[in-house]
Amino acid sequence: MQLRTLTIGLATALVTMLGASAVSAASDDVVIGDIDDLSGTYADVAGTGAVEAIKMAIADFGGTVLGRKISILVADHQNKPDIGASKFREWADQNGLNVLFGGSNTGVNIAMSKVAAAKKIPFFALGPGGASLTNEDCTAYTVHYVYDTTALANGTATTIVQNGGKTWFYLTADYAFGTQLQTAASKVVEANGGKTVGAVRVPLAASDFSSFLLQAQGSGAQVLGLANAGEDFSNSLKAANEFGITKKMKPAALLAFITNIHSLGLETAQGLYLTTGFYWDLNDETRAFSKRYFAKTGKEPTMDQGGYYSATLTYLKAVKAVGTTDSDKVMAELKRTKINDMFAKGGYIRADGVMVHDMYVMQVKSPKESKYPWDYYKLLKVMKGEEAFGPITGLCPLAPK
Amino acid sequence: MRSAAVPYVIAGVFALCVPLLGIYPVFMMELLCFAMFACAYNLLLGFGGMLSFGHAAFFGSAAYATAWLATARGWGSVPAIAAGVAVSALVGLMVGILAIRRRGIYFAMITLAMAQLIYFVYLEAPFTGGENGLQAVPRGSLFGVLPLKSDVVMYYLVLAAFLLQFVFIQRVVHSPFGQVLKAIRENESRAVSLGYEVNRYRLLAFVLSATIAGLAGSLKALVLGFVTLSDVQQATSGEVILMTLLGGTGTFFGPVIGAAVVVTLQQYLSDIVGGWVTVIIGAVFIACVLAFRRGIIGELAALLRPRP
Repeated sequence: MQLRTLTIGLATALVTMLGASAVSAASDDVVIGDIDDLSGTYADVAGTGAVEAIKMAIADFGGTVLGRKISILVADHQNKPDIGASKFREWADQNGLNVLFGGSNTGVNIAMSKVAAAKKIPFFALGPGGASLTNEDCTAYTVHYVYDTTALANGTATTIVQNGGKTWFYLTADYAFGTQLQTAASKVVEANGGKTVGAVRVPLAASDFSSFLLQAQGSGAQVLGLANAGEDFSNSLKAANEFGITKKMKPAALLAFITNIHSLGLETAQGLYLTTGFYWDLNDETRAFSKRYFAKTGKEPTMDQGGYYSATLTYLKAVKAVGTTDSDKVMAELKRTKINDMFAKGGYIRADGVMVHDMYVMQVKSPKESKYPWDYYKLLKVMKGEEAFGPITGLCPLAPK
Repeated sequence: MRSAAVPYVIAGVFALCVPLLGIYPVFMMELLCFAMFACAYNLLLGFGGMLSFGHAAFFGSAAYATAWLATARGWGSVPAIAAGVAVSALVGLMVGILAIRRRGIYFAMITLAMAQLIYFVYLEAPFTGGENGLQAVPRGSLFGVLPLKSDVVMYYLVLAAFLLQFVFIQRVVHSPFGQVLKAIRENESRAVSLGYEVNRYRLLAFVLSATIAGLAGSLKALVLGFVTLSDVQQATSGEVILMTLLGGTGTFFGPVIGAAVVVTLQQYLSDIVGGWVTVIIGAVFIACVLAFRRGIIGELAALLRPRP
């Protein structure tokens, strides 16, 4: 009996030790957290490049604010809302988190925005597209910074319908982002006199698109609307090419990043219309930033990575202006001040949390038109912020119509 | 007999002091929920000898039921938990009636198939939020008096529920019912020849296990404030098997230790190695199966037991 007692005692001690390792103290630093997909289908879109962008912004800001060191926490949400939300909560409770940056995946970001509201911590949604973040799911602490599904649809879908693509079939990523993008696009298509013929929902990070593409082919629609992103977008477009579907149907890249175009190659991607909030080769300022970024990562920044840099500076400037990291004061300052940097000119954060700034409708160049590495886009149209993000919908209780 | 109480006292004092020690309460609550889940699983595998591959279905069903009632219907936390537990008991009854008709691997396969079926219901059903899950589940208050929003209050509620089920399982195992259950595990034909309605005993054990798993799921939904497909998917069913085997099946403390090890590894390794956690835990499992089959507690107890 004595010995068994000892056994169980030992086991208890083990648990105690494990539990004790869970203790960690909050520091005096200003803590920026980044929760993103670092290993999955969206890892190239923001991922480690975005962390590099945050570091660049902190360095450019001087490394300290209000005399306090600025530190970064990074976690991989693996595209699971539960991981993202619990990490965020843990940092808020344990690590003195001051602001959170949400990377890709709308589903995970919706989950994290609820934690932001509960913990009263400013939350910059930088990677996700879903416009519900500033509508049904809006909170007083959410800022949707880079782009949203409304802007993508207003840019890309409008352009395609006006160029004659009237009937659409959607290949939709089966979670919040995909469905919201499809809804936004079909609304725009129908408003411009087009028609939705059908849609098929594809699981996130699917490996085989063939059966979905055959359904698309059978629909007889003129346009294949790809309401997905990241690797899923690249893989589905590649598969559509291999099936010869792109000869009959015009593919619509409802969300494409420059890294997608790079991995697809111009031969496959040429002629695609897309909407972006940032392009590295837009002007001297973006080129200067991108040159420094390229030196660190070997890639040109995507719009998300550009947005990460800008958001870091925007947050730090606001903290400096109000002289505190108090969430409510910082949020008030953020919504009061115009954003002017290499990412956005005259951008402003609306009551519902949308950062309203110009968006660019681009067309991918043909291999002949491309003169130097990463010379991929030609600018078709600059959409003013108000045109891109549309009026306040009234769905967010914080921003009545 | 007095010395046997010592570890319980140590564990009890430690558990009561958690909020004072500065240990992150949400982490401890999650750990307790999984420990509860593993204890429930151990009742089935360790004492009933039934290997289920689909226990996440009960855990997740209760979590979804509780979360949905608390958010969409505005139920209080206690009725929502009670309803969640009832749902998991019902789901357990339905799956159990089918599964207990077979033995061994066929039993396991039926539970796996049923759990997959249930998973896809939660993926497609409109009230579950699909891939996004249910978010912002309010914790509410305990009988309208104690606000559960505070992590410390919530922690003691979870701890109370944990102790309750721990004592309950001990009572069940030591009751005549538990003795018959063990007899069936050891030699089913003999139990039949003695006149026991074997399938009824097995079914009751299955439903009890599902019910306690449901309690764990319901509490987890309130603790973390969300329910997602992770709670109902195959990987979670696998995890609970792992926790139970790692700690030691057929021991009372084993599943608790197993859950503590797995949850802690997941929590702390995921920061360092990301997606590789699954690989590392897989390796731990292989080591466990190859080197110490009785699990941590089982092996320690065997090592320290006085030899005749």
